[in-house]
Order: sequence, then C-alpha cells, then structure tokens
Amino acid sequence: MNQAVIHVHPSGPLLALVGNPNCGKTALFNLLTGSRQKVANYAGVTVERKEGRFTTPAGKTLRVLDLPGAYSLYPRSPDERVTCDVLFGRATGEKRPDLVVCVVDATNLRRNLRLALAVKRLGLPCVVALNMADLAESRGIRIDPDALAAELGMPVVSTVAIKRAGVESLLELFDDQAVWRTASPASPSVHDAGDHVAVRNILQRLGLDDVVPHTPSDRIDAVVLHPVVGPVLLAFVLFLIFQAVFAWAEVPMTMIEDATTGLGQLVSSALPDGMLRSLLVDGVIAGAGGVLVFLPQIVILYFFILVLEESGYLPRAAFLLDRLMGSVGLSGRSFIPLLSSFACAIPGIMAARTIANPRDRLVTIMIAPLMTCSARLPVYALLIGAFVPQRELWGVLELQGVVLLGLYFAGIVGAMAVAWILKHFTSAGRQVRPLMMELPSYHVPTVRNVAIGIWQRITIFVKRVGGIILFLTVALWVLATFPSPPDGATEPAIEYSYAGRMGKALSTVFEPIGFNWQISVALVPGLAAREVAVSALGTVYSLSAEDEEEAAKELTPVISQTWSLATAFSLLAWYVFAPQCLATLAAVKRETGGWKMPIIMAVYLFGLAYLASFLTYRAAVWLGLG
Amino acid sequence: MRGEKGKRGGTLDGATIGQVLTVQCIEAPAGAPEWGRWLEEIGFVVGERVMLMARALPGGDPLVVRVGQSTFALRCAEAACIAVSPEQALELQLEGSPA
Repeated sequence: MNQAVIHVHPSGPLLALVGNPNCGKTALFNLLTGSRQKVANYAGVTVERKEGRFTTPAGKTLRVLDLPGAYSLYPRSPDERVTCDVLFGRATGEKRPDLVVCVVDATNLRRNLRLALAVKRLGLPCVVALNMADLAESRGIRIDPDALAAELGMPVVSTVAIKRAGVESLLELFDDQAVWRTASPASPSVHDAGDHVAVRNILQRLGLDDVVPHTPSDRIDAVVLHPVVGPVLLAFVLFLIFQAVFAWAEVPMTMIEDATTGLGQLVSSALPDGMLRSLLVDGVIAGAGGVLVFLPQIVILYFFILVLEESGYLPRAAFLLDRLMGSVGLSGRSFIPLLSSFACAIPGIMAARTIANPRDRLVTIMIAPLMTCSARLPVYALLIGAFVPQRELWGVLELQGVVLLGLYFAGIVGAMAVAWILKHFTSAGRQVRPLMMELPSYHVPTVRNVAIGIWQRITIFVKRVGGIILFLTVALWVLATFPSPPDGATEPAIEYSYAGRMGKALSTVFEPIGFNWQISVALVPGLAAREVAVSALGTVYSLSAEDEEEAAKELTPVISQTWSLATAFSLLAWYVFAPQCLATLAAVKRETGGWKMPIIMAVYLFGLAYLASFLTYRAAVWLGLG
Repeated sequence: MRGEKGKRGGTLDGATIGQVLTVQCIEAPAGAPEWGRWLEEIGFVVGERVMLMARALPGGDPLVVRVGQSTFALRCAEAACIAVSPEQALELQLEGSPA
C-alpha cells in the first residue's frame, strides 16, 4: 500500500516561526511576509498551513512557515502535533526547517522561554525574537537582548510585530551566515522539567523574576468578566454580530443577486434561445452568483471574529459561555459559529476554525446546519402564509409569528439534542476535555492583521468551496434540463428531465410523509439552495413567475387548495432538518478535508428530517388534518 | 470530588479571590492523567505564584486564574488538580529544605 511520494520543495532556505499561542507570532509573520502568503492544509490533517516569502536587506529570498502555536513539544492537539512533527523533521511532505525563529512574548518570558529551550535542544539553528518588546517596556520590564542571548546561548533580537520597522533587526540577523550554521548539539536526553528551573535561574540573574501585574488588562477584565456587566456586554456584542451578519449583509447580497440576474438577462438577450444560453444563464452565471452571494456574510462575520480574536475578547466570550455550552458537551468557543449559522451555515462552518479542540469543532460543524438560516425563510414564509391563518393568540401574539418562532426553536432543540447524544453516547464525547484556555492581555487590533485574515477567508472560500458549488449547480442544471421534453409535450419541461424522474421516483419514498410528487420533484433542484425549492415548485405547477417573490405569491392559492394541512406541516418539519443545501455540504467537505463528514452529515440530517416529517404528518393525520 | 477538595481549602478551585497562593503540587485525576503535564506546561509548576481572579456566573465555574504573568480560564475540575497554600507557608518550607 506504500505509495512513493515525491516532494518537490521550492528552492531557498526555510525558516519556521515557533512560539506559544498568543505570543504575536502570526502578527510577526504578517509583518514579515505581507500579502505574500499561501494558506493551505498540512497533508492529511485539517490544520491550517501558512507559508510566506520575504526578502532580507541583502536581497536573499526566504521561505517562512508559520507553525501552529504550542506550549511544549509534547503535542496535545492536532495543531501542536504538526508543530512537533515539522520541527522533528517527520511531517509528511514538509522539509525540516533550516532555521527556527522562537517567538517569545517579552511580557511573559517565564512560560515562553521554556519552549525556546526545548526547541534549542532539537539541534536546529535557532534564534529568539523577543516579541512585544515595546509592551514589556511600557510595563516596566526592561530586557537586555544581549544578556539574554548570553544566557540562552542563541541570538536574541527585539521585535515589535505591530510596527512596520519592528522586524528590521530580525531581518538583518537572517543575513548573518553564522546564524544559519550554528546549532547546539541535539540533546533529547535533558528532560523538560529542568527547563523550568533553568528559566527561573535566568530570569533571576537578569533581574526579571518579579511578578508584574498587567493592570490595564485586569481593569478591562473587571468589567468584561464581571458577573452581571460581563454577560450583558457579551449579549450586546453577540446581538451586534448577529445583526451585522443578518442585516448589514442584506444590501451587498441583494446587489450581487441583482448583478447576477442582470448579467443573466444580458446574456439571454445576446444569445439565441437554446442549450448554450440555458447552460450559461441557469447553470454557470446562476452558479457563480450562488457562490459570490455568500461573500458579504463571510466578510462581515470574519471581520468581527478577527477583531474579537486580535483584541483578546474572543476567549473571554468563550469563558462566559462555557457553562452554557458545556451542558451539551461543547465549549464556549462553539457559540459564535453556531450563532452566525442563523444567518447562514457556511460562514458558521468556516468560523468553527476558531475552536481548538478537534472533536468540539467537528460537532459544531455537524450541528451548524440545524440553526435556522435565512435561506429557509422564503420556504417558511410561503408555507406559513398559505396554511397558518392570520389571527392573534391571546390578544398579543400573532399566530404566524409563533409558528415561525417554533420552527427556530425546533432547530435549536434538534441541534442541542444531537450534541447531547454525541456527548453521552460516543467515547470521545464522554471523555472530559479540559478548558485550560489562555486569556491573553488585551491589544488594539491592527488593520493589517484583520485585512490579511479576511482576505485569506475570501480566497479559501472562492477557490475551494466556490469550485464545488459551481460544479454542483451546473450538475443540477444538467439534471433539470436533460432530456428535453418531446415535441408536443403538455406538461412542464422539468417533468421530463432526470431531476423530474428522480423526483417522481422519490415520491414513493416521500409518500409516507405526505409529500405529493410535485413537492418531491421540486426538492431535487431545491438541493442547490433552500429557497430554490419555492421557484422550483412554481415551475412544477407551471406558473409563469419571474422570480421567487412572484412565485410565492402565485403559489399560495394553488398549494393552499391542493395540499392538506398535514402535508404543509410535514414539509415545514422537513425544512427544519434536511440539508437542502449542497453549498453547506461543500463547505463541510473543505473544512473537514474529505467526503466522509459531509456524507455522514447528509445521511443523518436527511434521516432526522424524514423522521420529523413522518411524526409530524402522522400526528397531523391522526388529529384529522390530513 | 472537587467539592470535597474545595472544602479543605487546599486546591485552587476553593481559593479566595485575590489571595496570592503558591502551587504545592499537581495531582491529575485518574481519568485524565495527561492533565498534570498540561497544567505544568501552561505554567502551574511547583513554587509558582497563582491567584484566583474571578468566577463565572452562574455556578462559579469556570474560573479565571493568574499564574506567573499569564491568565488562564480553568474549569473547577481542572483547578482542583492544583494544590495550593498561602505564600508564606511555602517560604517556610523552602527555608527548611536544602536548596
């Protein structure tokens, strides 16, 4: 089964940045490389791999790898394992670095230097970047780099990752040939326990052993983590994020949709009626529009997440929500991805990257599609409008609104139930995962880091997920178009197509849950996106509607006359659970690095949807609503 | 388990907010022996000064803990692995033990 793998490494020496989490390593990486970065995954794992290039003052071009943050060389997570494997030279497809830059947080030498000592023992050429040197100085911690270098036995330079000129001394160091050649002998025998004593001795000799309280951060924490003010502030922040993703994205999304429609009409008028026109307009342009329409939400959500992460608030939010999410076996980190899934599961699934624990991250991704996304609203609006009478409940509540709220709750309860079951009935779920989460000091986020972060999300989405969405949209177009109806056909064209035949075949499967063949046919193209089912129903009922809104208006009387109440409720239940969105599955494929998880997700969500619809339909029929 | 330890006042989860303490030893639970190493890696080593900063509401779990120069959020079960004593106690102990 062994396959010969030939690794072609680009020429040029390779640097690796190593450091504790929150030491400002990525900010330093961003400052060194600017936009010259490539983001991918490490071979075989879903750990983000960031590589960049930069040029030294002497004109030497260097490759640099931003290794995941680690507390030690004993890995506790897949991220830390990658760091160790690369440093030990045993990572698949990775070259062992020629020079390691240990990034240490100058305000927290005690913990950071231990990793530097452990890395030094690997026998690789090593330098230390004393990061956040300015912040340390402002707190009264004065570190002499030369004295520290003498103690550590490796070169030390001060860096300030948030200032443009902050890496000049580091760049000059890379031009010193001696740095690349000098390595202390590899000595794996020395145990890490000795490092703590060694670090303490070094700090004592340098006069840095005093405990310095970081008062500015503590003062902010007194408010942010306050038992009453903290949660109120958090609720406000979460509301702001939700509002932004839900409402602020509306305008750019409408613009993208309008532009897609406009381009489609332009192409329609320029080309003769036929297959090519249909492929371009309904397949390619609609597919590309379907990819781009997600961008506003992704940009807005990531803007907030990056600002919160950079500032140091995100771990505090996770702290405040830990208890709540812990009840279903997740950690506080899962909350923001799930919250943003109410707007759309795709940015939510991408935001699950901020969850360090791989199991929690996977569970969060798996339940994210159960949050009622905005694409379900057109379907809910159509069915509620057609079947739920407009009347008031107890004088204050609107019955239609109560039903809508009930559907939101059904999704949340479903998600919590799935998480709860996974907690209690899987071995990984029963295992207690520790929190042990660092609350870094607060920083003002820099525009550069936020901008680079957003840009990386956009490219990842468009390149990796966009391709799959576009492909699936075109594939669905083929299914819904071929074969074309015979001459003199009286029924709508979709009925003669593969999608129509699949739908009709499926109607035997859907019959027990009360779906007629028209619904079954509409569900097939409706896989492209949830709201597409509305226009697909319009097509099946041969309505001449131009867009979804019109289709919904014309559909309302048709379905309220031909469907039973039981069927309508059953379809609502279906939409609470069913993954009627191939884009979501494409995003899951990208984020989990294979087809296994999206397939499991599709099977379990369709199963859950079928079960929910079956129960709803049978209960409704039993109540005489069939 | 943790309530019992907390009552004795010997572990970090039962500490008073704002009191400077010293780590005496780390004792990982039987079900998660790796916690001991992990806690040491993030700075909870014998002799290190620690302080309980805040408790989350409701339920007082998780906790905010200052260790050395960093701040960590720990759940009570994790903090219960860390035996602590008021600062003076350790100084006396150190005097008595050979350096």
